[in-house]
Amino acid sequence: MTALTPTAPGCPSGLSPVTARDTKTGYAGFVRDVGDEHAIDLVVRGAKCGGCLSKIEKSVSALPGVTQARLNLSSGQMRVRWTGPLAADRIAQTISDLGYGVAAQAADTGAADKAREERSLLISMGVAGFAAANIMLLSVSVWAGTGEMGEATRQTLHALSGVIALPVLLFSGRHFFRSAWAALRNGHANMDVPISLALSLAFGVSVFETLRGGEHAYFDAVVMLCFFLLIGRFLDARLRRQAHAAANALAAMQTSAVTRLTDKGDAVSVAARDVAAGDRILLAPGERAMVDMRIFDGVSDVDESLVTGESLPRTFSPGMTLHAGAINVSAPLRGEALKVVEESLLSQIGEMLEAGEQRRSAYRRIADRAVSIYVPFVHTTAALACLGWLLLGASLPDALMIAAATLIITCPCALALAAPVAQVVAAGRLFRKGVYLRSGDAFERLAEIDHIVFDKTGTLTLGTPKLEGMVLTGQSLALDSPEAKAMLADAASLARVSHHPLSRALVATAGSGAAREGVREIAGCGLEASVDGQTWRLGSANWIGTDKALAAASGPSLWFARGDAPAVQFRFVDNVQPGTADALNTLRAQGIDLEIVSGDQNGAVASLAGTLGIADWTGEASPQAKVARLETLRDQNHRVLMVGDGLNDAGALSLAHASLAPGAAIDISQSASDAVYSGGLDAIPLILRVARKTRAIMRQNFALAAAYNVIAVPIAVTGHVTPLVAAIAMSLSSIIVTLNAMRLQIEE
Amino acid sequence: MTIIVYLIPVALGLGLLGLGAFIWSIRSGQFDDMQGPAYRILDDDDDTPA
Repeated sequence: MTALTPTAPGCPSGLSPVTARDTKTGYAGFVRDVGDEHAIDLVVRGAKCGGCLSKIEKSVSALPGVTQARLNLSSGQMRVRWTGPLAADRIAQTISDLGYGVAAQAADTGAADKAREERSLLISMGVAGFAAANIMLLSVSVWAGTGEMGEATRQTLHALSGVIALPVLLFSGRHFFRSAWAALRNGHANMDVPISLALSLAFGVSVFETLRGGEHAYFDAVVMLCFFLLIGRFLDARLRRQAHAAANALAAMQTSAVTRLTDKGDAVSVAARDVAAGDRILLAPGERAMVDMRIFDGVSDVDESLVTGESLPRTFSPGMTLHAGAINVSAPLRGEALKVVEESLLSQIGEMLEAGEQRRSAYRRIADRAVSIYVPFVHTTAALACLGWLLLGASLPDALMIAAATLIITCPCALALAAPVAQVVAAGRLFRKGVYLRSGDAFERLAEIDHIVFDKTGTLTLGTPKLEGMVLTGQSLALDSPEAKAMLADAASLARVSHHPLSRALVATAGSGAAREGVREIAGCGLEASVDGQTWRLGSANWIGTDKALAAASGPSLWFARGDAPAVQFRFVDNVQPGTADALNTLRAQGIDLEIVSGDQNGAVASLAGTLGIADWTGEASPQAKVARLETLRDQNHRVLMVGDGLNDAGALSLAHASLAPGAAIDISQSASDAVYSGGLDAIPLILRVARKTRAIMRQNFALAAAYNVIAVPIAVTGHVTPLVAAIAMSLSSIIVTLNAMRLQIEE
Repeated sequence: MTIIVYLIPVALGLGLLGLGAFIWSIRSGQFDDMQGPAYRILDDDDDTPA
């Protein structure tokens, strides 16, 4: 029976594709008891707008006993609390029925750590900002009062500044000190070493100056340096946390439950990770296989599109091996687990992902390269300045003062802000276009792309068949004729009980209506029901018994026979995503090579490649073959962008120089890619354009920071820097790189 | 000029008040969801659940 929800499934604004509903079991293990209430944390996918928010929260709140249902639209996390006997599975099922993806949130200490780090950076930033504003208030009076202000007043104001700066330096500065110390202990220097040195040296000289009643104190510079740097750190941490949250989808998938059969034949729900090789497993229709299994009982159609990329289900019978990730479509299957979860195809792909991530993290970002030049440069300059002034006969405090001024004014602020601000602005712009970026440094890799490999099903095509036409005894029928409509309604009354993609396409065209009672689904054949003494059949040509010549028509089709009346043929097409041709032409014009590598049948791939004018294509490619193809391309020094949605693409996605996944992609593929886009392929030229622009802006920013240093360093080394000059220089350089990054907002 | 003896502590006090409010708003999770609340305010609670 198909439950019809009163509203259309999925995001009402169409920002995210509908997630196919499946049966939700095994959530009971994630329920916590809070006082006399139960609570569960869920991850909801596909919720993008206010309509989603109210739809989901209201439907869950309407369940009996629910006291709180709150969805975080930014992170997709949902917390539900309830009292009474409500089953957690029912909550998950409710969300799934609305057309959203849902998974139980596994205990994830990594995410909690990252959230805590982000929060502590934000608080540190606030504290530094508060102190910077207040010390500046005092400093401005000192600068403005030069010549008029009495020495005692100035010394008081300096002392007051110092009193504010010290706790801030210890509190907000601890992020830099800790990281610098860790780096030094491991025998190398990072960006935080000169920062820590500048902070403590500048603070030290300022205290010394204040005590001896000197004119210059750098407390404002110390705190402002902290403030600007923490802005950059915070933005960076937030991007990284968002990326991490998306990567957890894989873990969430593996926490799903499996129905294990005991020796007595009872079905018990156990966590997927507890399944051992040899266990007997029941796979109900609508359920996704969690482990590889050999079927020993039952015949059913199985949707393997996520595993192999093949668009139509295959029939499985006893003796055949079913891979994890496949979805059972028609009848219950009983099978023997071949491997434990760790050895299943799913986990192997997970391992492929990890290997890919490692390779990718070895990528040297522009920022890293800038820092590796910057750190030794600053240290040497400051040390030489100190030494030079000592040799020229300056006192040690004066020489140290100049070294501190050099460290402050060479200002890593611009450097620390240059990349994160540009990335955040660009990510924000893409987000408004429905592109969700998973890592900040992806921009640099995306900007280098010269070759794109596409998956077919679900990436270039919609991945869901659509009813294209009807044929009755060789005659084409118009879909809107009364005769065709009546036949379609009859066929749909059978099709409503089935999960088969073609049945669903038929129902989608026929619209809502009642499902017929007593319909039998025969795997590999079709649906059968007896109506008014007649046998109605909807299914494959062979089973219905039609003419072979007619059945050989291109593309997938279903046949419908009512009793002895001639059978009608429903023809389906898997339409190309809207906007694909334009997007591909734009990419070609940019000199990017295009290629299709698909797991689908050669014929289907060839015909699509012909339609789209793509000369390079490979069909019937296994996940390993896709990975191998990407490795070949990499060895030929291509920078490859992989675009794919299925489980079979995940390995290739993680291996590619950069990768994208459509919003309808399976969780694993989304977490393996650098960005997830919604809508059609026209997002790809946009992403590449923004990425190139972001890289250009980042380079400009580093060039600006370098140019600034060329001017600032001689002033500092010759001892002409006053706290006023340092404050102006520091703010100016930070503001310039930030404004430059803001240019990314402008749409051309 | 003795007025600054009062004014500076007042300025610092006001600043601290603002800082306190900022830290409180972070701790109470007001920055956790940057998009949802904007929609939530548009949502009337009087219609039946969808």
